[in-house]
Parts: sequence; C-alpha cells; structure tokens
Amino acid sequence: MAEQRQAVERPLSPHLQIYRVTITMAMSILHRIVGVALYVGTALVAWWLLATATGPDAYAAFQSVAGHWVGQIILFGYTWALLHHLFGGIRYLFWDEIVGLNNKTADIVSWLALIASLGGTVIVWGIVCTSRGVI
Amino acid sequence: MATARKDMRTPLARVRALGSAKSGTSDHIRQRITAVALVPLSLFFIGFVVMLTGADYATARAWLGNPIVGVAALLLIAAAIMHMRIGMQIVIEDYVTGHRLRSAALIANFFFCYAAGFACIYAVVKIGFSA
Repeated sequence: MAEQRQAVERPLSPHLQIYRVTITMAMSILHRIVGVALYVGTALVAWWLLATATGPDAYAAFQSVAGHWVGQIILFGYTWALLHHLFGGIRYLFWDEIVGLNNKTADIVSWLALIASLGGTVIVWGIVCTSRGVI
Repeated sequence: MATARKDMRTPLARVRALGSAKSGTSDHIRQRITAVALVPLSLFFIGFVVMLTGADYATARAWLGNPIVGVAALLLIAAAIMHMRIGMQIVIEDYVTGHRLRSAALIANFFFCYAAGFACIYAVVKIGFSA
C-alpha cells in the first residue's frame, strides 16, 4: 500500500536551498544540531556522575579524559551547545505566547541569543581558566 | 484493507473522524514545561560544573552529596531526559523514513534516554545516601 502511494507524484513545497539565509532560519537549524549534540553529551554527564559514585580510580580516569585537550574541546563545545540551546530556547517560549513575534523583533532577539551564547561560553571558560590559574 | 488499495484519499483523510488520539498534545506541552524548568536548572548545572572543574574526588563527592545539590541534580536529570527524549523523537519523525528504520530509531531513542537517565539517577542517589 505504501508503495502504491509513492507512485502518486504530488508537488513538493520548496525546501532550504531556494531561500535566502536569515538569522532566524540559521538559529532554527542550529537549535536542532546543538540539541542533538547535547543528547549525545548526556552520555558524558552520566559517565561523570557514575565515575564520582564509583570511586577515586574511576573519577581519576574521567578527569584524565576531561583534562586532555580533546576532552577540553568537547567540553568547550558542550558549553556552547548548552548555552545556545538555552538562549535560543527562551526565544521559543516567548514566541509560543506570541510575544515579540514579528520579523524585526525576531531578528534582533535571534542575534542577541547567538551573541549571548558565544559571549557566555567565553565568560564561563574565562572563569574556569582563571580559577585554574591558566590565564 | 483490500478496498483501501484503490482508495485515492490521503492517509490523513482516511483516519479523520475515527476518533481522537486524546493525548496527542501531551509531548508538545511536556516539551515546553521541561523547557521552562531547564532554564534555571541548566544555569545551576553550568555554575556547578564550573565550580567543580579540577576538583579532587573528595570535594566533588562532598558537593554532590549535599542534599540541595542532589535534589537539584535529580530535577535537572528528570527534566533534561524528558526534554531530549521528545526532541530526538521529533528529529527522528522528521528525517527518518521507512517503517522499520523509523521504529528502530524511536525505540533506540527510548532505550538511550532511559539508560542515561537511570545511570545518572542511580549515581546521584548512591552518592547522596553514602555521603
């Protein structure tokens, strides 16, 4: 039955490639991508918590991976993904209530969310590096 | 279903008026409620992790064993897992085609969310009860 349906050639609505890229569109796509990244990152959070619950050796193993430059890059990316999803997500909560739902405001808050997520990531890592005496 | 083969109506038209799903909006509403909860909870999470960077084992364990931190962590885990289960389900439903592959992806999504969620909850509860 499904095969028979496929045979009916219905017109498709135009997709991504024909539209001019706008900030709201880019933010929407990014929201999904970082959402999926955070989903995968949950495994790292589970590992961190389980390692802490297990004992000093397991915790040390996690610390060595998290402290490695590869681990640091992943954690840096995770920080930005979380802040981006957070600030980007707050826009959607307001838009659900039809607050600020016009082209101009939507563009402005989308830029603000992007700037806040990038700035927030720099601030968070600035604090981390300062407390560890790296800077 | 033999008659349905010659049916020219869309799948939606065929199921219309056969009864509502009733709980159809539950995921949509849950996604928003957990989102609201996750605004303060994820800020707490970032602050907490920043505070614990480079901390030794005893310090990390002591902080996670604090009752307020433990309860906040459990709330965060519950809200985050529900939020990401729904989010990933939407992504799968949007992009994964084919009945079997889609079903497998949806089931895998549930399994991953339950496994990650219970692993986190177990760890936090274990630390809390042995603090």
